[in-house]
Amino acid sequence: MKPLPEKFVRALKALVFLCCLGPAFVLMWKGFHDGLGANPIDVITRTTGKWTLTFLLITLSVTPVRKLSGLTWLIRFRRMLGLFAFFYGSLHLMTYVWLDKFFDVHEMLHDIAKRRFITAGMTAWFLMLPLALTSTTGWIRRMGGKRWQKLHRLIYFSAAAGVVHFMWLVKADLRRPFTYGAILAALLAYRVIVWLISRARARRTMAGQQIARA
Amino acid sequence: MLIKKPDDIPSLEITPKPAYLSRRKFIAGAAAASAALAGGFYLREHMDTANTVHAQGAKLSGIVKSPLSTSEKPTSFKDITNYNNYYEFSIDKYEPNGLAKNFRARPWTVAIDGMVKKPKKLDIDAIMKLAPLEERIYRHRCVEGWSMVIPWVGFPLSALIKAADPLPSAKFVAFQTVVAPDQMPNQKRNDVLDWPYVEGLRLDEAMHPLAIMAVGLYDEVLPNVDGAPLRLVVPWKYGFKGIKAIVKISFTDSMPPTTWNKMAANEYGFYSNVNPQKDHPRWSQASERRIGEFRKRPTLMFNGYADQVASLYSGMDLQKNY
Repeated sequence: MKPLPEKFVRALKALVFLCCLGPAFVLMWKGFHDGLGANPIDVITRTTGKWTLTFLLITLSVTPVRKLSGLTWLIRFRRMLGLFAFFYGSLHLMTYVWLDKFFDVHEMLHDIAKRRFITAGMTAWFLMLPLALTSTTGWIRRMGGKRWQKLHRLIYFSAAAGVVHFMWLVKADLRRPFTYGAILAALLAYRVIVWLISRARARRTMAGQQIARA
Repeated sequence: MLIKKPDDIPSLEITPKPAYLSRRKFIAGAAAASAALAGGFYLREHMDTANTVHAQGAKLSGIVKSPLSTSEKPTSFKDITNYNNYYEFSIDKYEPNGLAKNFRARPWTVAIDGMVKKPKKLDIDAIMKLAPLEERIYRHRCVEGWSMVIPWVGFPLSALIKAADPLPSAKFVAFQTVVAPDQMPNQKRNDVLDWPYVEGLRLDEAMHPLAIMAVGLYDEVLPNVDGAPLRLVVPWKYGFKGIKAIVKISFTDSMPPTTWNKMAANEYGFYSNVNPQKDHPRWSQASERRIGEFRKRPTLMFNGYADQVASLYSGMDLQKNY
C-alpha cells in the first residue's frame, strides 16, 4: 500500500489530538454551565475513568487494526493515543487525590491497602507511568527497540487492572465493566493468536533448515 | 508528534483546576439555578395536571411541622429528584427522574398480610388519612457515601402498623415494591437485582417514632422518582432500606429477606444502620459528601440519630450485626 503523504498525516494528527481533548473540554464546559448534576465530583471521577479505559483499549487496537487493514501509517498515532490514556488516567487519579481525599495521605494509604478496587486502580496508573516516561523517541533509542517493546507490554497489565478496578467498584449490573473486559479480551486474544502462529512458523522453518542440513 | 516529553503532560498541575473552579461556580449558582428549575418544574407540573388531585407536583394540605425535623438546610428539590438510586428504572442516578415520569402511582392499593388479625387491602387515599401528615426534615445517607437533607411529608409507620393490627407473635415487618415491568424497564432484566425489591425491619424499629411512611416531598405529592405513592423512610439507616412504591406489607416472626442482602450478604446486612466505624468491604463509611457541599463531612453514628435509636441495639455487636 502507498504511504500517505506526510502533510496529510500531520494534519490528521492535529485533528485526532483535538478530538482526544474533546472529553476533557466537554467536562470543563459542563462544569462552567452547571451541567455536572448534583454530585459533580462523582461525574468527573466516572467520566475521566471511562475515558482512561477507552483510550487504553483504543491504543491496544492500533496494532490489530493496522495489521488487519494494512494501514501502516496508523502506528504513528499509537503514542499519542497511549499518552491520552495516561492523561485521562492522571486526571482520574488527581480527582481522587485532590477532590475526593483532599491530599489526606493517611486516608489514601488506608484506602489503597484496604480497598481492592483502589489497589487495582492505583496499580493500573503506576503501570502506565513508566510507559509515559519512556514514550519519547530518545528513550526508544536509549533502551533499544526490543527492550522498549518488552517494557511497553506493561500496557496489557495496566488495561487488565483497569477493567478489574471497574468491575470491583460497581454495586450491581456488571454489563458496563464486562463490555470493557470483553473488548480487552479480544484485543489480547489477537496477540496470543499472532504469537502462536509466528511460533509455529518459526518451528517449521527451523525444522525445514534442519532437514536441509541433514 | 504533538506531545513529546512527559513534561508536556501537565495534567497533574492543571486539570483539576477547571473542575475546582466549576465547583465554586456550581455552589454560587446552585441556589438560583435550582430555585429557577424547581420553580419551572413546579409550574409545568401544575399546568399539566391542574385538575388531578393526586398528580405529581400537587400541593399537600394540612401538613404539620415536626419537632423531629433537623434544622439543617434541605437539599434542593432538583438534586433530590435528579440524583437518586431507583434500580427498577436505571442503575444510573441521573436517569430515573425521566424514566419515572409516566409511572402510574394512582390508583394504588397496599396489601396487608401475614401475622395480622385480618389481612386487608388499603387504598392509598385511605392510607394518607391514617394520621395527620407531618413534615419530617431528615438527613439521608446513601451507602455509597453521599448524603442529602430531605423535607419528607409523611406519617409515623407506627400508625400504619396499628391500623394493620398485627398478632402479638409478629416480630418483623416486611415490605415489597410493585412489579410493573411495563413501566419499570429494569424489571424486564434478570441481571440487575432480584425483583420485586423487598425490605424489612424489626417490629420495634418499625414502631420507632422516627420511622415514617413518606407520601410527599417539599409539601408536594411524592414525585414518582422518589418512590410514589408510598415509601419507607428510616433516617438512621442507609438509604436503600427506604423501599419505594410499596404494594405489600407483611408481618412475620422470622427475619425477612432483604434485596441487597440477598445480592451481597457480606456488604449489606439486614440492619444496615449508618455506622462510620463499620466500613463497607469496598469503601470507607467514615465520611460522606453532602450533595451541594464541596468537602466531605464526617458521618455520624446512626446518621446523627444515636440519641433516639441507639437503645434499640443495646447489647448488640454492631460490627457483626451491620
